[in-house]
This record gives sequence, C-alpha cells and structure tokens, in this order.
Amino acid sequence: MNDEKKISGGMSEVVKTVCNILEGFIFVFGCYIVLYGQLSPGGGFAGGVILAAVFILIMLAFGKERILKIMPRKRGAFIEALGALAFLAVAWAGLYVSGIFFKNFIPTTAASHFNLMSGGTILICNIAIALKVMAGLFLVFFVLSITRVVLEGDKLKMVKKQ
Amino acid sequence: MIYTACIALFVVGLYGICCKKNLIKIVLGFIIMDYAVNLFIILIGYRKNGIAPILDKTMDVNKFALNSVDPMPQAIVLTAIVIGLAVTALMVAVCVRIYERYGTFDITKIRKLKG
Amino acid sequence: MERYIYLILLPLGGAFIIAALNAAVKSRDTRNITADILANLITLATAGIALTSFGINGSYSVGGWPVPLGINLAADGFSILMLATVNTIAFCATLYSINYMDQYTSKRHYYSLFLLMLTGMNGVLLSGDLFNLFVFIEIASISSYALVGFGTEAEELEASFKYMVMGGIASTFILLAVTILYSSFGVLNMANISQAISVSSQTPLLKFSLFLFIAAFSIKAAIIPFHAWLPDAHPAAPAPVSAMLSGVLIKTLGIYTMIRIIMNIFAADVSILAPLGIISIMIGVLLALGQTDMKRLFAYHSVSQIGYIILGISLGTPLGILGALFHLVNHSIFKSLLFLNSGAVAYRLGTRELNDMGGLNKVMPITGGTSFIASLSIAGMPPFNGFFSKLIIILACVQAGRPGFALWAVAGSILTLSSFMKVQKFAFFGKLAEKHKQIKEAPLMMSISVVILAVLCIATSLLVLPKVKNIVLQPAVDAVLAGAEYAKIIR
Repeated sequence: MNDEKKISGGMSEVVKTVCNILEGFIFVFGCYIVLYGQLSPGGGFAGGVILAAVFILIMLAFGKERILKIMPRKRGAFIEALGALAFLAVAWAGLYVSGIFFKNFIPTTAASHFNLMSGGTILICNIAIALKVMAGLFLVFFVLSITRVVLEGDKLKMVKKQ
Repeated sequence: MIYTACIALFVVGLYGICCKKNLIKIVLGFIIMDYAVNLFIILIGYRKNGIAPILDKTMDVNKFALNSVDPMPQAIVLTAIVIGLAVTALMVAVCVRIYERYGTFDITKIRKLKG
Repeated sequence: MERYIYLILLPLGGAFIIAALNAAVKSRDTRNITADILANLITLATAGIALTSFGINGSYSVGGWPVPLGINLAADGFSILMLATVNTIAFCATLYSINYMDQYTSKRHYYSLFLLMLTGMNGVLLSGDLFNLFVFIEIASISSYALVGFGTEAEELEASFKYMVMGGIASTFILLAVTILYSSFGVLNMANISQAISVSSQTPLLKFSLFLFIAAFSIKAAIIPFHAWLPDAHPAAPAPVSAMLSGVLIKTLGIYTMIRIIMNIFAADVSILAPLGIISIMIGVLLALGQTDMKRLFAYHSVSQIGYIILGISLGTPLGILGALFHLVNHSIFKSLLFLNSGAVAYRLGTRELNDMGGLNKVMPITGGTSFIASLSIAGMPPFNGFFSKLIIILACVQAGRPGFALWAVAGSILTLSSFMKVQKFAFFGKLAEKHKQIKEAPLMMSISVVILAVLCIATSLLVLPKVKNIVLQPAVDAVLAGAEYAKIIR
C-alpha cells in the first residue's frame, strides 16, 4: 500500500518544497545556455537537456497528475514536431531569401560581435533544437516510466498505471 | 599511450555485447562501446598546453588559432552523443516490450526465430 | 543543382508534419487519410525529381561555406542512378501501404518513420562529407530498427533487437574509422581525403581504417558471414518495409557506401571482396532451399543476389561494374515485387507458410501473374531484366580471366531457379484448398503498385540498349571507375 501512494503521489514534503523553489532557477539557467549558444559552450542540445530535466524533476517530485496538466502527451508531441519544422523552415528560408540553402541570412556587423544577436540564424536554430530535445527527452522518460508490466492471471501484461 | 583507456573501454563494451546473457547487460555493453568511441574522438583534438576554443573580445584571432585545442571533434562528439542516446532509448523500449511478451530477459530463452 | 536539396528536405518536412498532425487534428480517420495523401504526394514528387535528373552532376556547398570548411552535397553518375532506384521503389511502397497498413494501428507513425528512412537514404546518396554520411546512415538505420518491430508481436521484437545490436556495432565501427581518417588528415571532406590518400603512403593506420569500413559495411549489406540479422528482420517487418529494406536499404547503406569508400576514397584493390561474393551466392541459395516460410526464403535469396553484385564489383573491369550496377537496379525491382506479393498473400490468407497455400492463381490472378514474372526475372530467364544482368556478370568473369567464378555464378543461378519453381508450385499452381475458395484479389492500390513494378521488370531490360545505357548506366560506371578522380567533382 505504501508503494501505491508513492507511485501516484510523488515524494515527501521536503523534496516537494525544494523542487518548488528550484524549478524556476533551473529553467532560467537552461534558457541562458540555449540563448548564448554561439558565445559560450552549450547550445541547443545541452540547453534542451537541462530544460527536459526540469519537467522530469517535477514528475519525480509531484507525480504524474501535475505534469499531465502542464505537458500532456499530445502537447509534447506537437512541440517536438514544431521544433523540427522550425529548423527546416529556417533552412529553407535561406534558400528562398538568398539562393543558398541554409545560409545565414541575418546580417551582422562588426559592432555586434560578442553580443546576443551576433549569430544570425544560429539563435533561431538553437531555440528550435532546444524545443525538440526538451519535448523528446521528456516524452521518452514519461512513456518508459508510466507503463508497468504486471502479472495478470498467469500472463504478463503491460498496463498504464493511472 | 593516452588512448589506452579508450581501447580498454571499447573492448569491455564489445565483451559485454558478445558474452553476456541478460538483455540489459547487452544494452549496457553497447552504451560503453559508444562512449569509448566518443572519448577517442575528444582525445584526438587535444593539443598540449592548449586553451579552450572560446574566442574572447580581448584575444587576437591568429594567436587564438595557434593555441587552442581543435573545436571540430567537439562538434562531432555532440552529434555522436545524441545518436547514441537515440539508439539507447529505442533499445530500452524494445527490451521492456520483449519482457512483456516473453517474461524473461535471458537471451537463451528468447529463441522463437530459428532456421 | 538545387533540386537535390528537395530530395532531402521534402521527406524530412513531411515526416514531421505528419507527426504534428497527431495533436492538431482530432478524428482518427481524418488523420490517417491526410497522412496517406501527404506521404504519397511526397514520394511521387521525390520520384519525379530523381527520375528526371540524369546527367546533372555537380557539388553544392551548403550554407555558402567553401569546401574544406563546410559540408557539400555531391552528385555524380552513380549517385543519380541509385537515387532514381530508391525513390521509385519508395513511391511504389507508399502506394502499397495505403491498403496494407490498415491492419496495424497508428498509421501516421508508420508514415513518419518511413519518410525519415527515405530522408536518410537520400542523404547517404548525396552527401560529400564523411561525417555527414555517418549521420544520414544513422537516421536511416534507426528508423528501420523501429519499423522492423512495428507490429509489436513477440517475434518481431526479437528480430528488431537482434537487428539493432548488429547494426549498432556496425555504426560504431564506422564512427571509429571516420575518426581515424580525420586524425590522419585533418579534413572530413570525401574529395579532399581521396586526394590526400593518393599522395600519401600506406600506413598501417590507414589499412586498419579501411578494414573497419569493410567490416561495418559488410554487416550493413548482409554479406556472409555477417548476415545473421537478415533472415529474422526481413520477414518480421511489414511487407512494404520489407520491400524497402531488402530492395534498397541494404544496397544504399552497404554496397553504395562500400564502393564509395573503397574505390573512390581509398582507391584500393577490390579483389578482396571476390571470395565474400562467391560464398554469399552459394550459401545464400543453399540455405534458402530448405525454407518453408515465404518471406524468409526471399530474405535468404537477397543474401545470394547481393553476392552477385559483390562478385561483379570485385572484378574491377568496366564490364564487371556495369553488370553489378545493372543487377543492383534489377534486384531492387524484382525483390520488392516479390516481397509486396507475399504481403498481399499474407493480407488475404493470414499465413506465410508455403505448405498451407496452393492454387492461388485461380483466385488472385494479378498477384500470381506478377509473382511469376518476378520469379522468372530473379532466376535469369530471357527476356526479363535478370537474364541480362546475370549474363553480363558471367561474361565479365570469363573476360577477366576467372572462369571458376563464372561456374559458381551459373550454379547459383540454377539453384535459384529451382528454389523459385518450388515457391510457384506450392503457392500459386496446384490444387486450391477448400478454405481458400472465398479469397478475393488484393485491394486496388496494392494491385496498382505491384503492376507498376512488374512493368518496370520488363522495361528495365531495355537498359542494355546502347542509347539508353549511355544516359543511365554508363555515367555510373565511369564515376565508379574514376577512382581518385572523384575529387574533380568539387572543381
């Protein structure tokens, strides 16, 4: 019976309080790593993993019900596909605007080096990749952990633990 | 000499894939082998007493190019890690489904396909 | 040259649009029909682009970055021939899956994975950069691992896991070999590496990386003794996926990349592949003689026919390579046709065992007729295309001074003929069982795609005519034989 409560309700009060405080900071840190990807180490994939870690943390600390209100499965799949389509749209836009596929068509001047807007299309590509990685990693973790294999009668069956 | 760790990890991973009977241990062997190759790629770009490949406002570009470690293997490794993650996730998902169908993780008992 | 970008962009965009449809559209039937229409339009467009591009060679620098710094897409005669083959078979397979995939759930996931696999294959054929090649090989492989286990029954999952582990080992070897080449030369571009190898000495490190490449691509192409995953994976997959896997995937990821690496980059001696080819021909056919499962029999014959292609390439003469490339195109067509027919039979009857069938020609005439054409093609009967390609390979063996190989090839061909006569007798001729008297013909879309492939079976035998050969096949042979001159494509 204790196991049932643990699976559906999340963890103890200490964990829930700390998670409430920390999740905002981790999210902002993840966004920083994504946005400054052209100036310091990081970029789309690393930032996306950190952002996914926020959702996984919420799921571990509070249980499934709360995360299903924020990011149900369909919304996650849609954000994932949206990230990939945004990346492809930027690549195609390079072809459309200046005749070369994937070209960096946002002009940058020498005065704007080392600033946030100095990368051109790299910024948009980083955000798209971060969206895809965040949704993808979280969905993989979610799907692998909510299905359980239980013994029903004498056959094994896969059930979605509600 | 510096690549000994990579070769050792690669052989350990290959041993895990070839000689272990549990499905999960085979997946772990595959992960170790993948990371051994990633470590090898990173170590190729090393330059003795080199600096990190981040350009600062105060640095001269030519001096930077002479001193930094090679940034290209780092980009290669980022992609390779993502690919390894995707294959691992797929393998683990298939393992869970196999457990549901066969009831065991032992590969000597998962032998419906023969001939 | 911009047209080649759409060959990668269209399927990739289509895969994600179909995946995004899941959340945007509510009703399941609308989702399935939209996914059907979108996927078929995309494969029709890519097949159209690929078939009208014979002769447009060149290299395209992506993003405007010049060549050693950036990656490029390079198309020469060999790439264009394979692109036409891959996209045509993909179009027929998607046409077929409109009806066939109704028996599985979640058709939209199937189309997403299928279009991703097509993207990966197109990317492999077009890439001019070694690491880009690795990434596209991985995209195509991972999609095919998921597609093999698509209907999640026990045997399909076991086959998918076996395929995944062996394919994963091959991909790790490829990455290791690419890294060794990068550490020796400092560039990743295929043309630059081929120029650098032609002026440098043969260090043991280069030989090691060549060996890793041959091992990895042999696993991907299922040459004996690395074939162990193929007889399990190809029957377990749904029928259009089996057609794609056996028809184009093992050739793109195995044979095309092997030829590029050995002949164009390393410019090494190819005759080391000859024993592998002969062993594949004989052992593949001998193992196929005892099978009673229809698709498993076809899978073993795939191993055997790939042996013919490897034999033709290992001769190294222009006639040998012409025969090998012609056989590659032909095998894609008739092997896909055979797998699609077996899928139609399984769709109506529910079984793949040869002993349970009989006399199906009376109730399924289109399936029986096209299957008969495909069986005659693979056995090498005139006037179908298999006859011409096998004849050219056998003549090339004799011309290159190795009549022993020609004898093995003829023996393999005779055993193939006997094996397929067995299939025809058990499945299509003979007495019709009582329980099968109510079976109808395969549905409309499946029949249309099968008839298209059967017509292509006869039409590709026209490729030996000199006028057609010079447009289609001869540029491919010249591109392969050019060896290290491949670098001239960058200008």
